[in-house]
Amino acid sequence: MNDIYILGIESSCDETSVSIVKNGTEDIATVVLSQMDTHALYGGVVPEIASRMHVENISLVIEECLKKANMTIDDITAIAVTNGPGLIGSLLVGTTAALTLSYLYNKPLVPVHHISGHIYANNIDNKMEFPLLALVVSGGHTELIYMKDHYSFEKIGGTLDDAVGEAYDKVARVINLPYPGGPLVDKLANEGKDIYPLPLPMDDDSYNFSFSGLKSAVINLAHNEEQRGNIINKSSMACSFQNRVIEIISKKTFKALKEYNIKNLIVAGGVAANSGLRNKLTELAKENNINLSIPALKYCTDNATMIAASGYYAYKKGIG
Amino acid sequence: MKGDINMEYKITTHSEFDTIEIAQNFESEKFPNMIICLDGDLGSGKTVFAKGIANGLGIKEPVTSPTFTVIKEYLEGEMPMYHMDVYRLDGNTEGVGIEEYFDKGGIVLIEWAASIKSILPEERLDIKFKVLDENKRLLIITPHGQKYEELCEAVL
Repeated sequence: MNDIYILGIESSCDETSVSIVKNGTEDIATVVLSQMDTHALYGGVVPEIASRMHVENISLVIEECLKKANMTIDDITAIAVTNGPGLIGSLLVGTTAALTLSYLYNKPLVPVHHISGHIYANNIDNKMEFPLLALVVSGGHTELIYMKDHYSFEKIGGTLDDAVGEAYDKVARVINLPYPGGPLVDKLANEGKDIYPLPLPMDDDSYNFSFSGLKSAVINLAHNEEQRGNIINKSSMACSFQNRVIEIISKKTFKALKEYNIKNLIVAGGVAANSGLRNKLTELAKENNINLSIPALKYCTDNATMIAASGYYAYKKGIG
Repeated sequence: MKGDINMEYKITTHSEFDTIEIAQNFESEKFPNMIICLDGDLGSGKTVFAKGIANGLGIKEPVTSPTFTVIKEYLEGEMPMYHMDVYRLDGNTEGVGIEEYFDKGGIVLIEWAASIKSILPEERLDIKFKVLDENKRLLIITPHGQKYEELCEAVL
C-alpha cells in the first residue's frame, strides 16, 4: 500500500499552522506561526503577519512546511483543513488556502472539525485503541465523547455554560492575573492550600458540566473578603478552585469509563496541559487499570499536525 | 431624535430568574437585526440574559459562554441569535467579521460591547449590569434610536 501524506492547515484561532503527516500518525514536518516565530524568522514585525488575517501569511507557512519536509505539493495525497468551529475571519484564511491548493493541484479536500483534530493529537506516534472515551478540555469546549471506532463520535456529556479553560481564565481575571490566566492558575495552585469553601459544581448523575456557578462562587468569596478588609490568598484560591474542577472532571470521566466499560481514555485540548489534571488522571488511570493517553504538550495547543492526523482518517472514510 | 438626552431605565432584579424574565420580555418584542449590548463585571448576568433570549426564541441547545470563540451562532429558534463576547479582542475587531452580523436578520447580543464602541450601530440597546449583592443586580437600560425607545416603552 502506498503511503498517504496529508497536508493539514489550521487557522481557527490565534495560530496559523501547517503540517504534513504520514499515514495519520507520523509528524513529518510542522510549522506553527505565532508573532514570536515571525519575529525571529523575518527579523522584525511584518504588519500583515501580525494581523494574521491575510492569505499571504498562510502561503509562507505552507512553503516553509514543504521545505522543512523536503517535499513538493505533488507528494501530498490530500489537503485537510479546519472548517470550524472558530473565528470566521481566521477560518477563512485556512479554508481559502486549502481550496486554492486543492483546485490548483487537483488534490482531494478534507474538512476537519477542530475538536476531532484535538482528539487525533493522541494518534501521533502511538495509534489510538478503541473503544475509547475522549475527554475534551479547552478554552471553548468541555466534552466527554465516546468513540467505538475511528471517526465515530458520540457526545455523552458537555458543559452547560462556561468551558473549563474559560472558567480558568475568568477566575484568573478575578484574582488579577494577566490573560490568558489558565496556566498561571495551575502554577499558583501548586503553591497554595485548599482553604476556601468552594462548591463541587454540578455534582449529579449526568455527564454534563457547569462551571459558571463555581466562577460566581469565587467572585462572591473574593468580594466578601474584600469588604471585610481581608486580602485573598491568590495561591490558595487557585488551589481550591483547581481542586474542585479536577475533582468533578475526573469523577465524571471515570464514572463514564466504568458505565460504558471502556479501557482507553484520551485527553484532548489545551487544558490537557494542566499539570493538576494530568497528575490526577494519571493516578486514577493507574488505580483503575485504564490505558491513558495525553498528547505531548506541543500537540495540546492548536496545531495543524492534529488536523492532518484527523484528516487521514476522514480521507480514508471518504469524507470530503 | 439626535442630540436628545437618552432615556434611561433602571431595574433591580433579585435573582437569575428575574434577569431571564426581562430578557424574555425583550424577546417577545423582537425584530430582525435587533442589537443588544451587554456590559458589566464577570458574573453580573450577561450570559444569563442571553440564555433568557434564547429560551424565548425556543432554542434548545444550551447557551454556553462565547468568551473563547468570540461568536456563537444559534439558528434553530424563531429567529437566528448571534451571541458574542468581544472581551478577548481587546478592541481589535479588524477581520473578525463582527459588523457582518448587524444586518443578517437575527438578534445580536454583544457582551463587553463598550470595548468596540466605534463599530457599533448608532441604533441599539445598551444594558449595563451592576452587582448589588450575591443575587441582586441593577440593570441600566439605555435605548438609542426611536425603534429601541419604542421597544423599551413596550417592554418596561
